Amino acid sequence: MKLAGKISVLAALIGALGLTAPVAQAAWEPTKTVEFVVPAGTGGGADQMARLIDGIIKKNNLMKQPLVVVNKGGGAGAEGFLDVKNAKGDPHKIIITLSNLFTTPMATGVPFNWKDLTPVEMMALDQFVLWVNADKPYKTAKEYVDAVRAAGPNKFKMGGTGSKQEDQIITVAIEKQAKIKMTYIPFKGGGDVAVQLVGDHIDSSVNNPIEAVAQWRGGKLRPLCVFDKTRMPYKAKVTETMSWNDIPPCKDSGLNVEYLMLRGIFMPAGVTAEQTKYYVDLLEKVRATPEWKDYLEKGALNTTTMKGEEYRTWVAKEETRHQQLMREAGFLAGGK
Amino acid sequence: MDEINSLMHGFAVALTPFNLMLMMIGVVLGVIIGVLPGLGGANGVAILLPLTFSMSPTSGIIMLSCIYWGALFGGAITSILFNIPGEPWSVATTFDGFPLAQKGRAGAALTAAFTSSFFGALVAVLLITFLSPMVARFALKFGGPEFFAVYLLTFCAFIGMSKGNPMKTLAAMMLGFAFAAVGMDGVSGTLRMTFGTEVLIKGFDFLIAVIGLFGIGEILQTLEEGLEFKGIQAKIDKRVVLDTWKELPKYWVTSLRSAAVGCFMGIVPGGATPASFMSYGIAQRMSKNGSKFGSDDDPQIEGVVAPETAAHAAGTSALLPMMTLGVPGSPTAAVLLGALLIWGLQPGPLLFVEQKDFVWGLIASMYLGNIAGLIVVLTCVPFFAAILRIPFSIIAPVVLVICAIGAYTVHNSLFDVYMMVLFGVIGYVFKKLDYPLAPLVLAIVLGDRAEESFRQAMLASQGDMRILFSNGLVGGLTSVALLLLFWPLLALGLKKLRGGGKGKPATSGA
Amino acid sequence: MELVVAGIIFAVGALVIYDSIRLGNRWGDDGPQAGYFPFYVGSLLCISSLYTFIRSVMNRLLAEESFVTRGQLKLVLFVLLPTIVYVAVIEQTGIYVASIVFIAWFMRVLGKYSWLKSVLIPVVLMVAFFATFEFWFKVPLPKGPLEAWLHLN
Repeated sequence: MKLAGKISVLAALIGALGLTAPVAQAAWEPTKTVEFVVPAGTGGGADQMARLIDGIIKKNNLMKQPLVVVNKGGGAGAEGFLDVKNAKGDPHKIIITLSNLFTTPMATGVPFNWKDLTPVEMMALDQFVLWVNADKPYKTAKEYVDAVRAAGPNKFKMGGTGSKQEDQIITVAIEKQAKIKMTYIPFKGGGDVAVQLVGDHIDSSVNNPIEAVAQWRGGKLRPLCVFDKTRMPYKAKVTETMSWNDIPPCKDSGLNVEYLMLRGIFMPAGVTAEQTKYYVDLLEKVRATPEWKDYLEKGALNTTTMKGEEYRTWVAKEETRHQQLMREAGFLAGGK
Repeated sequence: MDEINSLMHGFAVALTPFNLMLMMIGVVLGVIIGVLPGLGGANGVAILLPLTFSMSPTSGIIMLSCIYWGALFGGAITSILFNIPGEPWSVATTFDGFPLAQKGRAGAALTAAFTSSFFGALVAVLLITFLSPMVARFALKFGGPEFFAVYLLTFCAFIGMSKGNPMKTLAAMMLGFAFAAVGMDGVSGTLRMTFGTEVLIKGFDFLIAVIGLFGIGEILQTLEEGLEFKGIQAKIDKRVVLDTWKELPKYWVTSLRSAAVGCFMGIVPGGATPASFMSYGIAQRMSKNGSKFGSDDDPQIEGVVAPETAAHAAGTSALLPMMTLGVPGSPTAAVLLGALLIWGLQPGPLLFVEQKDFVWGLIASMYLGNIAGLIVVLTCVPFFAAILRIPFSIIAPVVLVICAIGAYTVHNSLFDVYMMVLFGVIGYVFKKLDYPLAPLVLAIVLGDRAEESFRQAMLASQGDMRILFSNGLVGGLTSVALLLLFWPLLALGLKKLRGGGKGKPATSGA
Repeated sequence: MELVVAGIIFAVGALVIYDSIRLGNRWGDDGPQAGYFPFYVGSLLCISSLYTFIRSVMNRLLAEESFVTRGQLKLVLFVLLPTIVYVAVIEQTGIYVASIVFIAWFMRVLGKYSWLKSVLIPVVLMVAFFATFEFWFKVPLPKGPLEAWLHLN
């Protein structure tokens, strides 16, 4: 039985070889299950995006081999990054990144750098918005900052996801700009932060739009400003009176802080250009679907995308910027 | 009675033949997932998610949530049969369930577990049906200090239960805390006790420790006594389900209390795992047979009822904060949350207003899914109990293999499998030397969460301990916790007082 | 044995203390530092193990109770060692092949089953496992050369 099985597999194999030999040069394709690593826990923004991409690929039959989403969020994502780093040359592994691509190795000294990965494509950039509880009187970022200043140092509580990561970087940047001091309280996930804000346990948050939009629509939270150069382009009404486009950039309120978070796809180092191209093409197809466009709008994501050399240069620049931000905030490992 | 109307409408939505079929598929898959350690409900839900995209959101969520119910039921099976918790929340079920199986009462323990699960879920669903807006507001009251108080309560409810050497109990619990601290410190963002190694960064996962301590440890212990599982001669009686049902109404107080504990922990959301421990601890204190809980000689069905009711109640009520607040109460709920978003449904305060069909269809499916689940698992009780008849020399290596797979799948890491074997040896040695395992496990589950919420509270209050009594809710929780902690002392004192008053010497000490 | 375990726990406690001092074990101005709790956890570990150690040294003078008999130890090691070997070879052969050999060994050596049964049962089981994990739930488990050769990974 077992032998017979082997023989038939072998036969099928020979047949397959014979058939595919002429076409083999055409283009590289995965030959087995592809692992899609999420360097974060279930339910967060990166996880949602990965599962959406997985869903779109399956729904539209974009891939012949299966894709499996695997969460490796231990050590602020270090677990996932090290896994991909150690899979050098393996074309059956891709990883979605967020800012912890830069912040985790810098804050913890874990031996890892984005250069241990091959950049594939930037899918989008995630915005950050300053939120307060809707019951509070603050209507603009300026009013809020003034109130923080008037209350004195450490009286206002800013909640965010994780420690020494993007939310805290933004908090420190706000403090520097406005010359105020808040207490930063880290939580496990963006959804938790939004609920803590609704429950009035913290005074403000810098949640991504998608993390807080439900509470905004429910009339529990109020957006004050967005940490970007310009307003978000989405003009469809989200609440009865406002669209994403109605949220002013923070610098209009004198808070000159800009921060966008990378939502991009990488592969392990040492893969061929052909293999990278396969995934670039695949992701292009994903981006063309209506489901993807719908998701971007719902989450008010910045639609910038990049690939190849342009993307690589952007990542390198972003690393330098984070290095500087982290140093200013005093978050570098070993106090360097 | 708006709710009744909505619910009836929900049943109309859910009760199509197609949806009923999906329910059965979901429940069966869920049970399989629950049985295999390492395959969590989150796995199953995540993997089947793409399949559901071609269905309507209501059908999709019905199938997915039924996987979830199935997994809640299934977790108890391996806990009772092999001392391996299939899911984290069934750890407390092993304390009495496994000794019961060894006494040849596996069928009774399984029936009790399934029935209590169902009861817990039913209470939780009723709560969701009729009280959801109120309950959602209650969940909002929970910040860092409140969460810490809840964890403290869990510890205190549980701490009195070990009867062994107090120094060894202390050592075991501290060891658990030490394991829990390994890895990333969420509050300061620094690595603790990894000593520069890469494998320790992700920390020790609770499931790996538990699979090792209980599953492997048990097999080693059994071996020592010869090559047999003690429960082998389990009589398989088709009437075991009915017989157990006759016994269960005796424990109605425990059931109600455990359901309340579970609902509370699910909504907060503290999670199903702490809920099961807390409920077990409280039941042990309150029951007149408390001293027999977890004993090898006379294990109690009540000790299975308490954690299972609470776990299932918590698991079910955890869906409420997910729907109304968008905060998942469990990893599985988190994946379900992702599913809602992909379907273009926005969990949050408006979900109940904008998506009536969906919400009430889901709630109706909670009733139906649990009934389907109960039928499926109960009919299988004799079959599950029969597994214990398989000779040890076959079942032992298979259990070891399942343990290895379970440990591996948690993080896809072979290092974890070694850790599991190491934990197995620890479990074996500790058992021989009378170090209690329960406090160790509890500390691993709750250690870092308790520390994190405490430090969040301290950050918020700038280091002022008075925050733990700053409002009625947190103050009440903290007080109850302290009361439970010192209960044995108080009880002793009361007894002395009363005894002194009547002029009789207090005889019973412990 | 009691002494050895107490000693190991003491060492773990010491290690925890060492690392928490590195992290800062004080109560900072905004709550406890990263090493605050672990420091006390470590201290309590040391204290409790020291107590057990001393007590068992004193008891030892009174009565010596053996931890396991030689026969029991032999049985335990008889399974523990193969288990360790089993885990060690997973990396090379993949989990499926290793499991088949492991279960077969167990059945043949401990259960005294016939060769046919000892091979057939684990193979069937592992095929079922393979189907469940790899095909059904798409959970990739470690695979080795055999699976590669059969083009199953």
